[in-house]
Amino acid sequence: MIVFSASGAERADQIFVLIKHWLMGYVPAAAQPLASAVLSVVPILMAFPLIFAITTLLERKGLGRIQNRYGPNRVGPWGLLQPMADGLKSLTKEDIVPDSADKWVHLCAPLLLVVASFLAYAVLPIGRNMVVANLSAGVLFFFAIGALVEVAIFMAGWSSRSKYSLLGAMRAIAQMVSYETPLVLAGLVAVMATGSLSTVAIVEAQAQYTGILPHWFVFTPWGFAGFVLFMIAATAESNRSPFDLPEGESEIIAGYYIEYSGFKFALFFLGEYLGMFATSGMAITLFLGGWSAPFSFLTWIPSYLWFFAKLLVITCGFIWVRGTLPRLRMDQLMHFAWKFMLPMTLLNIFAAAAWKFFPTGVVRWFACAIFLAVAFVLLTRGLKKRGDVRARQYRFAD
Amino acid sequence: MTLVFLLLAAITILGMGAAMSLRNPVRCVVGLTVGFLGLAALYLQLGAQFVGLTQVLVYVGAVAILIIFAIMMTRSTESPEQQTFSRLWFAGIAIAVVVFAVLGWAIHFGAHMLPTQAALPELPVQQIGDALLHRFVLPLEIIAVLLTAALIGAGVLALDDPAGEKRGPQ
Amino acid sequence: MTPLTNYLLLSAFLFCIGLGVALSRRSAILVLIGIEIMLNAANLNFIAFWRFGPTPSALTGVMFTIFSIAIAAAEATVGLSIILAVYRRASTTDIEATEAPQR
Repeated sequence: MIVFSASGAERADQIFVLIKHWLMGYVPAAAQPLASAVLSVVPILMAFPLIFAITTLLERKGLGRIQNRYGPNRVGPWGLLQPMADGLKSLTKEDIVPDSADKWVHLCAPLLLVVASFLAYAVLPIGRNMVVANLSAGVLFFFAIGALVEVAIFMAGWSSRSKYSLLGAMRAIAQMVSYETPLVLAGLVAVMATGSLSTVAIVEAQAQYTGILPHWFVFTPWGFAGFVLFMIAATAESNRSPFDLPEGESEIIAGYYIEYSGFKFALFFLGEYLGMFATSGMAITLFLGGWSAPFSFLTWIPSYLWFFAKLLVITCGFIWVRGTLPRLRMDQLMHFAWKFMLPMTLLNIFAAAAWKFFPTGVVRWFACAIFLAVAFVLLTRGLKKRGDVRARQYRFAD
Repeated sequence: MTLVFLLLAAITILGMGAAMSLRNPVRCVVGLTVGFLGLAALYLQLGAQFVGLTQVLVYVGAVAILIIFAIMMTRSTESPEQQTFSRLWFAGIAIAVVVFAVLGWAIHFGAHMLPTQAALPELPVQQIGDALLHRFVLPLEIIAVLLTAALIGAGVLALDDPAGEKRGPQ
Repeated sequence: MTPLTNYLLLSAFLFCIGLGVALSRRSAILVLIGIEIMLNAANLNFIAFWRFGPTPSALTGVMFTIFSIAIAAAEATVGLSIILAVYRRASTTDIEATEAPQR
């Protein structure tokens, strides 16, 4: 229990924890567990949809500027009330369900997607002492929940009984299953370095400083490679450009949610962005030090502000990549996952293991960095020489 | 019988029962997924955190998706021309009922011999890792070889068959 | 009824549901689904005995279940590729249509 005579910075840091303890004082003893759970979960349910609304505006304006045009700027000053207009539109649009669609599965698919996306936030440490559920296998829980999203996407695609949606769902599932292995393996190096699957333990292992520099894993050779590979796999898992073939408008007219309109479409949109934030949050937890400050003289800024600042930077990175890179074709996507990402993540694990066995010093930095650089160059040159492009084979089109 | 156990058991039985009796194979797989999730929740309630999460990751995330792909590729999603139940379905259900009767009788009459440990064991994941690499290292290596063999075998079996492709569905 | 017998009865019931699916459905994929249900029921049995058994610190039940899950995944993979290979020849997954050789 934090003593109330703590310094001002500590109180600002733990303000939400203190508010929760104060509110729990008014709850009778019988209802304590339920009230504790509700008080932990409600801020997540309020904060992340708000961030989603801000991100939709940020993305549209950012993409607009990258494409040399203004984004939306009519609704409110500089278009700031655009998310409200979007929300109102999606709530009041007619909900069309195709005649031959499977009504129950059609309804359950967006619900399952949103529920699975929200569940993933349970293990992310947003600030010091601020995690909803401190599971001892938190990282495993996160990846297991990611598997639920694939089932939801299949349900959406199949229940619409439309050829476009089925094709989009198959592509999306193939892509997500292919990139799930590199995602897990890339995140594994942080678990190896910490020796625990608990997200809280991983962040606390990175929250130390030597001098003014932090112990973030991204500043080590294997951590940097792991972070880059994790972000690429996260982009593919969230079906974001350049991996958005399953849902690109010019390709397959919104793919698996083509037959959804109105609020269900908004739920899909919400679920997709929530998944993106959750995976970014996991990348922050595993590699970027979670809620810890980048320099030891900046620790007076509250921990949750650092988490959200890092989340903002990663989101801007996603938007930048979306506006810049062209879309990958399906076979290019699959080749990239199985022939480049998977060997690279396995070699990264090898480098991280070698790091632990070297004595601490300058030698291991150079050894791991050179090993990873040589592996990267050899792998990419080898793949390029083989010319891994062939005509695609569609197995489902008649 | 606590309320949580009854609820989870009901969800699991409903899911698996749906997998047994529905006509459309895709709806069977959705029921199966619900059953897997119910079982994962039961494992979590029994205190086996790692196993419960692995169940979701492997069964829901891989096996269910695999079955879905197989249903897609064998065109079973369109209206099933064949009947749902085989010719001797009555015998199958009867055998299942008899087996359940025998198992139930064995459990009931052997109940007094069963152990009754009550305390929830504390199981950090590190212990599982230690056990895997010290006491159970031989099964671990055998499983690795088995998985590699299964991967290669499945790939070889599912390779394109040019003569068959040209013939097409008859 | 002790908690252990509850879990054992549930596991036996699930096993018999899986047996019913495997014996009475016509599509080969559904037979495979039945086999997966049976494997899951056996896993539940292992975990229940681990939890209520004399030495949970020996981790035998948990280890067995982890290996069982891995083997079930491998077996589902190979089984489904066999079904796909049979489908490619016979154009159906009906187990009764593939009984007698085609003439």
